[in-house]
Amino acid sequence: MIDIVLKITLVLLAIAMLGLTYRLVKGPTTPDRVIALDAMGVNLVSIAAILSILLNTSNFLDIILLIGILAFIGTVAFAKFLEKGEIIEYDRDQ
Amino acid sequence: MSLLHWAILAPFIMAACVPFVRKKATAIHTGWFVLILPLVLFVSFLQYLPVTMKNDSIMQTADWIPSLGINFTAYVDGLSLLFVLLITGIGALVVLYSIYYLSKTKESLQHFYVYLLMFMGAMLGVVLSDNVITLYMFWELTSISSFLLIAYWFDRDRSRYGALKSMLITVFGGLMMLGGFLVLSIMGNTFSIRELAAQAPELNNHPLFLLAMILILFGAFTKSAQFPFYIWLPDAMEAPTPVSAYLHSATMVKAGIYLVARFSPIFAFSGYWFWIVGTVGLFTMVWASFNAVKQTDLKGILAFSTVSQLGLIMSLLGAGSAALHFDSLDDNLYTAAVIAAVFHLINHATFKGSLFMVTGIIDHETGTRDIRRLGGLMSLMPITFTLSVIGAFSMAGLPPFNGFLSKEMFLLSMVQLAELDLFNLETWGLLFPVLAWIGSVFTFIYSMIIVFRVFGGKFQPEKLEKKPHEAPFGMLISPIVLASLVILFGLFPNLLSYSLIQPAAASIVPSIIPNGGQLDVHISFWHGFTTEFMMTIGVVIIGIILYKFLPKWIGMYDYFPGKVTLNNLYNASLYTAERGSHSLTKSYMTGFIRSYLVYIFAFFITILGFTIWVKGAFRFDSSNTASIGFYEVGLVIVLLIATATILIAKSRLTSIISLGAVGYSVSLFFIIFRAPDLALTQLVIETVSTALFLLCFYHLPKLSRHEEKRRFQIGNAVIAAGVGLIVALIGISAHSTKLFPSINEYYIKNTYTKAGGENMVNVILVDFRGFDTLFEIAVLSVAALGIYGLIKLRLEKGGEQNENE
Repeated sequence: MIDIVLKITLVLLAIAMLGLTYRLVKGPTTPDRVIALDAMGVNLVSIAAILSILLNTSNFLDIILLIGILAFIGTVAFAKFLEKGEIIEYDRDQ
Repeated sequence: MSLLHWAILAPFIMAACVPFVRKKATAIHTGWFVLILPLVLFVSFLQYLPVTMKNDSIMQTADWIPSLGINFTAYVDGLSLLFVLLITGIGALVVLYSIYYLSKTKESLQHFYVYLLMFMGAMLGVVLSDNVITLYMFWELTSISSFLLIAYWFDRDRSRYGALKSMLITVFGGLMMLGGFLVLSIMGNTFSIRELAAQAPELNNHPLFLLAMILILFGAFTKSAQFPFYIWLPDAMEAPTPVSAYLHSATMVKAGIYLVARFSPIFAFSGYWFWIVGTVGLFTMVWASFNAVKQTDLKGILAFSTVSQLGLIMSLLGAGSAALHFDSLDDNLYTAAVIAAVFHLINHATFKGSLFMVTGIIDHETGTRDIRRLGGLMSLMPITFTLSVIGAFSMAGLPPFNGFLSKEMFLLSMVQLAELDLFNLETWGLLFPVLAWIGSVFTFIYSMIIVFRVFGGKFQPEKLEKKPHEAPFGMLISPIVLASLVILFGLFPNLLSYSLIQPAAASIVPSIIPNGGQLDVHISFWHGFTTEFMMTIGVVIIGIILYKFLPKWIGMYDYFPGKVTLNNLYNASLYTAERGSHSLTKSYMTGFIRSYLVYIFAFFITILGFTIWVKGAFRFDSSNTASIGFYEVGLVIVLLIATATILIAKSRLTSIISLGAVGYSVSLFFIIFRAPDLALTQLVIETVSTALFLLCFYHLPKLSRHEEKRRFQIGNAVIAAGVGLIVALIGISAHSTKLFPSINEYYIKNTYTKAGGENMVNVILVDFRGFDTLFEIAVLSVAALGIYGLIKLRLEKGGEQNENE
């Protein structure tokens, strides 16, 4: 029973992923794409979590954390890039 | 290392000392110091005469590369000794002559004598080596030292041209010869010439026999300036005259003759040998003597005459090979050809050496070698005149000089060829004496030109740069010695017959010498009114008539097409080769990375596709494949879409984001296929590299930031599809043909028990296969340091760019 539910969840997540991918490809502006990418990261967290239940292993919990951090860092980086045109500023006076 | 080896190496050792002598003993001409060596060598080699006169030989071996069968084997028999005496004897005379010819103050003598000694040692090595590899080494050393000597006055264009030409041609021949030697040594399984000669009958039936023969003949013909390779010799006349006298008349150009003579015991049974050596030699003789007449430079005439005389000797060696087909000694007339070849070899060295020296004297004393500006020097330079008369008349084949005797023997051998019932000679045999006779007529004409155009006629002081007078005595010694030898050998030819000629001839045709016996060599001065004597009379009469009317028919040479010459062919082929290779290289080395990638991938597709097709390597076997789950399918679809987006994206930013999507999907694959460590790493790396791509994106220069749709190129698509297809095919085939079980069982069993870890991937990385990890770390450090260096180090523009530090 739980198995079927998990699989249905995965299918739904995959559909969501496809939708996000469509936005990523189409996405009229860059911020659209970045947000799609961020959402994809969150989706990935869910997929990894469900997969680790399905595969009956706790080894992927690290990955869930990592994806969360990376999605955050990536989105921030993109945001900064879009805002300022560069990610890491350096101080000229240094 | 025996004394014989040291004798070969002595010139090289001496050459190493010459620069010091030149520096320390500035008051004395360096040549005096050098002169000692060839004299000592000449005298010491004379002591071998009693040995070779008994048809014995001496062999001394020193190990060089014994594991490869390459030894430094010195071998003295009649033929070697004859050449050694020529090399050292004429070498001594040339050194003596050069002492007076080259100025002590103006010329860089140390170079001259170093090169000359190198050449002398190399030449000794060529004629004394029994090992073909050693012979080849010395052979190339003669080419190199000759190259250096020709370009002695390297600030002249013509010298450099001549040196390059002779280098290209002789090294070409030398490499061919090396090929021949290797083929021969494969056939006979030895590098020793004597051992090869011992198995000559077996070699004759070997399928590679003809190949080896032709390759070795290439070496001989290029070195000895035979048709069509003679073209380097006239251009080598830019060398100082002592060099021309030594290298290009007496020694180096005879290396080819030596080679042919040395390999006669191996090859001479073949009809091909007879035809190739005989006809090439004869044709060279006629062609070069014909061309010598039209030359206006004295050294040019002598160069062509050298080519012609070498052709004569070569044709005699070819004709002599017929001797091997007659077993009985009594009626073996054809050994006479070999004897004539050896005899003429000696004669040519004497008279041509003296003629070159005479030319040098004329050049030295008048400032020109152009026969159109010379004339009437008879009373001004009487000794030089006498010497040139002796040399030139000997060359023309007039009595009482030695050239007469060898020319008679040459004509006799050619006449006898016409009667030979071998190698289809019945039909073409008559051509030999006729061509030989025509060549002799032209030889007579140019010999007369040398004497009478220079010394006879009207004196034209206004055309000369210097006021001509007789040469200093020291300069005259060497030609006087040679000219005396010309007369001595002419009057008493039997001085040589059993001391030098017989042993040499016996080395060339060893198979017909009876055990312990000797060839019958008796050169008689007068042998009755024979055919060849009539031919000589004909040569003289026709020659005199033609010489008298030379101005009438010299214009005939203008009718020959001036463009169609071998020199033009040589120049044009060099030019074409250079232009051709340039444009060929230019056509494919476009400078665009794309082109090179096209070559690489096209090659990849062709080679792998061809191999799969030829070997029938494609297999498809689905027995050990896993079932496909639906998340794999979904993920593949995502991957495909993301990949396609990269390809068709209109902006670079979309491509970068899509690439990130691809990376993350791959990490999902890692999750599905249960590789958590890989997934972790992949995620982090993908994030970092996407950030780096963004960094690059920002720094791309404004102008080239063309965000247009990339041009769709069919070629690219085809190649991309091809590569994908090939890799897929190989992947499927490799998976379908698993020959052995994997070794992963070992790791599964031992990860905890032997290495004390539970994470198998990490245990493999740091324990079982930790060595790879170490160097991956090294790669990362190198990359990091490299990036740091690239960013910080800005050397162009004088380091002003370092403002960010």
